[in-house]
Amino acid sequence: MSTTPIDTWAVDLADITLIYPGVGTEVYMAVVAIVLWLAWHVWQVKHENAIYEEEKRKYGTPEHIDKAISGD
Amino acid sequence: MDTDVAAITVIFTEFYYWITVALMFLIHIGFCMYEVGASRRKNHMHTLMKNSMLIPLVTVTWFFFGWWIYWAFPGGPGITGGLGHPIPDVATSYLPWNEGMGPRLDDRISGVFWAAFLLFSWTAASIVSGAVIERIRSFAFWLFAILIGSVTWSIDAAWGWHYSGWMVELLGYHDAYASGVIHAIAGGTALGILVVLGPRLGKFAADGTPRDIVPHNPWLVCIGLFLIYTGFWGFYVACNVPLATVGFIDGQITGVTQTATTIYMTPTTLGAITVNFLMSLSGGMLAGYTVSRGNAFWTYSGGLAGIIAASAGNDIYHPIQALIIGGIGTVFMYKLHFWVERRFKVDDAVGAVAVHGYAGFFGVVIAGFVLWGNPSSPYEGFAEITPWGQFAGAMIMFWGLGFIPAWIIAKFLAGANLLRIPREIELLGLDFGSNQEAEAARQDVIAAEKQPA
Repeated sequence: MSTTPIDTWAVDLADITLIYPGVGTEVYMAVVAIVLWLAWHVWQVKHENAIYEEEKRKYGTPEHIDKAISGD
Repeated sequence: MDTDVAAITVIFTEFYYWITVALMFLIHIGFCMYEVGASRRKNHMHTLMKNSMLIPLVTVTWFFFGWWIYWAFPGGPGITGGLGHPIPDVATSYLPWNEGMGPRLDDRISGVFWAAFLLFSWTAASIVSGAVIERIRSFAFWLFAILIGSVTWSIDAAWGWHYSGWMVELLGYHDAYASGVIHAIAGGTALGILVVLGPRLGKFAADGTPRDIVPHNPWLVCIGLFLIYTGFWGFYVACNVPLATVGFIDGQITGVTQTATTIYMTPTTLGAITVNFLMSLSGGMLAGYTVSRGNAFWTYSGGLAGIIAASAGNDIYHPIQALIIGGIGTVFMYKLHFWVERRFKVDDAVGAVAVHGYAGFFGVVIAGFVLWGNPSSPYEGFAEITPWGQFAGAMIMFWGLGFIPAWIIAKFLAGANLLRIPREIELLGLDFGSNQEAEAARQDVIAAEKQPA
């Protein structure tokens, strides 16, 4: 019993092709990975917008902006 | 790998591409140093993260669809062949859920080849990154990074940088080291974004005169460019097939001589491209120094532009041709950069449109004259290299697949208020909030340390 197609390495390697675990589940793995990728963008854009809003609220005063411009 | 020679050929090829990947990593480090150095102190950590995060995003999307596009689109589809032309099974095997994407003992090359192409993708996206610093939203930039890194450059490579690409077959398009397929498209993409994004606040005076927004660390900018030169060695050799053996290329090369080839399977040598790389770099640096009156940034950028200007034909140019083309390409991009800046108020923060876009466009076109009549491919029926074929190719790269898709998406993002950061944040600096938090944390620790035991 093996998670890979390989039960033993004591064979002619010319007969071996795939060596990774989960052969046959590639479609499910791809779907999970693509969903995670898309979800990351959704999370990221919300996070970025929230950060800008918070910083505008906390530091968007003329004093802070003046300080930031002169300090650079 | 049933003979020693076959085994050595395969393992050598596998190791060869692996080395190119490691070398090309330096391009990305160089771009990060260059971009961070060019940004103002109030933005530098955000600038670093914006560029760095394209690495995972372009990588996963290259796995999901970029690599498949390269193998699926050489025929257009619908121009010289259907989806997957000329071997549809190869394209199908590179879908993310197919067995061609996992490790297997009967294919040792696909993985390293995939990675070498991926590093080109990072480079294309990273070129765009520098142009848009200090005012683009990360979300928007990362969409553009995926657009060029895993979609448009992959399409242009399938069309013009594949042994069966329709542009090679019909136009005789020749672009051995990617003047057009990486640099012109990246420059065009950057320009498409910039015209919608607009300049950084304060870049232009009321009368339209550009102001110089000085890099916070010019030394870091120059060393970043130096590192890009270093990584460029990996880029160049990755563009070759290291060893075409007898019977390779469908028997198109006859006799017993084995050779390195370009991606088009046309013969070249590592020696040729090494000398031409150095000569075009030298032409660019000399021209950059001269035209900018010794400005360090433009001298280093000139070196890069020199290589890019000569890259389309550096597989077979004479070294003196590479030197002169590198020099002329650099003067061209330098003059055009400042003309476009003044005329159209385009704020290209690091000169990426010029160094990559204009020099790349120039390089593709000039190759059409210098290599006029040369076979573009060992395959029968393919067009020869011509100035008009190269000009059409340059237009497709810069405008068709570079500027236009980026401009459309930028307009859409701008309409959704997702392209540019808020004005207050731009004035404060993108690092302002995190710097305030860091300072508060530092003061807290100091206060704690001052308390009596």
